[in-house]
Amino acid sequence: MYSCSDLKKGLKLLIDGEPHIIAGFDFAKPGKGQAIYKCKLRNMITGSLFDRSYRSGDSFEPAQLEDVRMQYLYQDEAGYVFMDNKTFEQIYLSEATLGDDKLFLRDNMEVEILMFNGRAIGITLPNFVNLRVERSDPWVKGDTAAGNSKPATVEGGYTLSVPPFVEEGDVIQIDTRSGEYVTRVKE
Amino acid sequence: MAGNWQLAKRRPALEARARIVQTIRAFFIAQNFLEVETPQRIPVNAPELHIDAMRSGTWSLQTSPELCMKRLLAAGYPRLFQICRVWREGERGGRHLPEFTMLEWYRSDADYLKLMDDCEALVRALVPSGVLAVRGATIDLAAPWERLTVAAAFAAYAPLSLAQALAVDRFDEILSNEVEPRLGQGRPTFLCDYPVQLAALARCKANQPDFAERFELYIAGIEIANAFSELTDPIEQHRRFNTDEAARRALGKEPLPLPEKFLAELSNLPPSAGIALGLDRLVILLTGATTIDEVVAFPPEEL
Repeated sequence: MYSCSDLKKGLKLLIDGEPHIIAGFDFAKPGKGQAIYKCKLRNMITGSLFDRSYRSGDSFEPAQLEDVRMQYLYQDEAGYVFMDNKTFEQIYLSEATLGDDKLFLRDNMEVEILMFNGRAIGITLPNFVNLRVERSDPWVKGDTAAGNSKPATVEGGYTLSVPPFVEEGDVIQIDTRSGEYVTRVKE
Repeated sequence: MAGNWQLAKRRPALEARARIVQTIRAFFIAQNFLEVETPQRIPVNAPELHIDAMRSGTWSLQTSPELCMKRLLAAGYPRLFQICRVWREGERGGRHLPEFTMLEWYRSDADYLKLMDDCEALVRALVPSGVLAVRGATIDLAAPWERLTVAAAFAAYAPLSLAQALAVDRFDEILSNEVEPRLGQGRPTFLCDYPVQLAALARCKANQPDFAERFELYIAGIEIANAFSELTDPIEQHRRFNTDEAARRALGKEPLPLPEKFLAELSNLPPSAGIALGLDRLVILLTGATTIDEVVAFPPEEL
């Protein structure tokens, strides 16, 4: 069982018999009052999002999910296709099931497919992915050293904040858990 | 060129933070407040039902400098301020760090109404334009700030009255989810006159003994400061500490001794008022940041 102090973004809980992932988390404590643990929960089967508050003393059942390693192949009208490289079994996942994870998928990437009662309900990306910068305006202000930042859009369409020295065509490493820039990758 | 870019990116916020601290110091020094430093590692904090201290050997790290500040007041120091680190176990969120910076100031021969005046003057000194832009909304600092009692706030914004919320133990939840987001919008709000059981160190209102002279300052829905007219009755303070300590133990928390030296010196405390202001949160508001991580050099996860 989990207690409130275990709650954080990405934790998977069993609620009313269905797996839920904490999509957003905050801790509040009004005045000198008791702690309120505010969760934005996503039902991993239906995709529905809702808010729920918990407080100290509440406990939670972990969602027991099985991980199966698969390779991402391609996207077609029916969805995103993944293949188990041992059994060559292929599965489809919908855009809604993938959520924001789809932004970081690249062809042939290996991911963990999350199975619940024999059904694929989501993926776990590698913690870090390398993506090429497709659009980022050149830095014109001269000073590139002092912690300045500018927007950049990477292949797949995700936009994030990067240091000024990053240029179009560069490959950068992104932390898929936070969505933030980590470093420029030399190829 | 390489280096820690996430850290380098905080430079504008850290520079703003340094200027804010300098302005705060100048503000209090100009009004003849004495800046003090009191020990951060102490034998015991005041018992609080919902605030847990971090242990340091057989002592604790302070959750607030309040006990030492009031012992100074009781010894005859009339106006005091301190900017210091405090620690609270298990508090981490978008506006919480387990180690954060507190600004506390105390005045003898004053009550919580005087501290409201101080808050208005301090924030106006930090924002000379008198207008604060927070996430697209505008907060007018120049107009008189709202003074709203807790009971009136529940009547206006909550599904239950204050008495009902207390009776079903949903006060904190409703305050956090329904009331706080509506406070300090357009202009800052002093949420004042808390039920006395929620104000262990505060003086009761003369004409309403069930309510205490305590307020919290909200700006743009964010709680910035907690203040009260100090309780100066050692017998009543001892009784309230015992009540809170018993409630702590009933929740299975570690038994703690009472702060005996503080209680012994409380009888010398003149009528006075004190306030604790979360400096990190003030910096969030003044810099347009959205989380506390953006206004400190190192959140704990990056150490």
